[in-house]
Amino acid sequence: MSEHTVSAYEEELRVLAGKIAEMGGLAEILVADAVKALTRGDLALAKRVIPEDRRLDQMQREIEDAAILVIARRQPMASDLREVVSFLRIANDLERIGDLAKNIAKRVIAIDGQMISKKLTVGLDHMAEIALQQLNSVLDAYGNKDDALALEVRLGDDEIDALYTSLFRELLTYMMEDPRNISQCTHLLFCAKNLERIGDHATNVAETVHYVITGEMMDPDRPKADTTSLERVALPG
Amino acid sequence: MADVALATRDVPTPEFQTVRTPDPHPRPTKVKADNVKVFYGQKQALNGVSIDIPVKSVTAFIGPSGCGKSTFLRCLNRMNDTIDGCRVEGEILLDNRDIYDASLDVVELRARVGMVFQKPNPFPKSIFDNVAYGPKIHGLARSKAELEEIVVSSLQKASLFNEVKDRLHEPGTGLSGGQQQRLCIARTIAVSPDVILMDEPCSALDPIATAKVEELIDELRENFTIVIVTHSMQQAARVSQRTAFFHLGTLVEEGPTDHVFTNPSERRTQDYITGRFG
Repeated sequence: MSEHTVSAYEEELRVLAGKIAEMGGLAEILVADAVKALTRGDLALAKRVIPEDRRLDQMQREIEDAAILVIARRQPMASDLREVVSFLRIANDLERIGDLAKNIAKRVIAIDGQMISKKLTVGLDHMAEIALQQLNSVLDAYGNKDDALALEVRLGDDEIDALYTSLFRELLTYMMEDPRNISQCTHLLFCAKNLERIGDHATNVAETVHYVITGEMMDPDRPKADTTSLERVALPG
Repeated sequence: MADVALATRDVPTPEFQTVRTPDPHPRPTKVKADNVKVFYGQKQALNGVSIDIPVKSVTAFIGPSGCGKSTFLRCLNRMNDTIDGCRVEGEILLDNRDIYDASLDVVELRARVGMVFQKPNPFPKSIFDNVAYGPKIHGLARSKAELEEIVVSSLQKASLFNEVKDRLHEPGTGLSGGQQQRLCIARTIAVSPDVILMDEPCSALDPIATAKVEELIDELRENFTIVIVTHSMQQAARVSQRTAFFHLGTLVEEGPTDHVFTNPSERRTQDYITGRFG
């Protein structure tokens, strides 16, 4: 696309897009580190993740301020308007992703770095891997204005949901086997839920990317594979 | 005449198909233009513009200077007739009647299709007489009382009455710019037109006077079909239901205003409204 006649406007949009990319990179690192801390029981790493989240919060506020100024100053129209709306929305999703990563790190500290079984670690690891890949792809889709990739990310969220459902069942089984597992398993359940939520935020970003490119909102009905809200547990005895 | 027409055929006319987005709830057409071409001498100013203007709604014409939007607007009440060497081809129907038909009375047409200009241009007469002038010459009032009624109701419709009711016999030129423009609008609606054409009606007004005129336009569309030419994209977005974008004498795109300003179909529209034209 050709450039704006007003070069300062062009620059403002460019700086904002750059900040979103920077925020995306930081969010990815936070999620990856939080999961690494969890699967390896690395308390020191978990403690480093927690304060990092503040940087994301700070960046989100900066992006919001700058985007609001662009609206006030330039009254963006058409593709520019959609772009500015996307800055606000994506910064918000990335900030939430940071919060969820921080929450995982906090739980690593709460369970004192212990992992109860290799099998669970594998499940969480796998979930984290897909969530990170979704996040990575959607940031690429945003950077390269790739609608097809955004659509792919949106459909890919099913896999995270399905994994979450199976981890949920597995954790319940552990808890029923031995009540001493309940405390740890509950933390792990929340970690899994956080990863599932990170996937949802990646999906939100995918929908925003689709809107930026096409000007159309995505069909709100998306097949959901997280069925844990319908799950019933038969207590033993 | 035929010779001139043949000679001007040499002017290259880029074949361009206007991109059209229909309304989700289409309104009946008030003015229908079909393949309208305008020539100033040898120079072609408008390349075959076709558009349906819906009744009782606001249609905005936008585009850079010299794109033909004002030229096209002036075709709609045959104002171009007054320009030497100007020739109009094609067909414009008002309520299915050809306005360029030889049997049509141009004076009557201009009463049905009123116009408001960029600079407020009240007559050097009293406020009352400014509004009474049209109904008088068109014989719309049978008595003095009836004339007064028309003047008062027109000033009320133009949201000006309360500001001027105590000085109706003072000169119209003594009003502020914004009031003068609303006086011109009152003068236009005094003859009960069907269509009101507005050529940048707010570009000489301050933001508050502009807001008052925009508020007025919104009220007027209940009873009138309005076509407005504006350089302010924000104004077009605020006041109109449909927007038409002109560029280099062609109608590039027309569609619902919400669509044109959030997701235009044509690249040139996009570039223009986002400030990328160069």
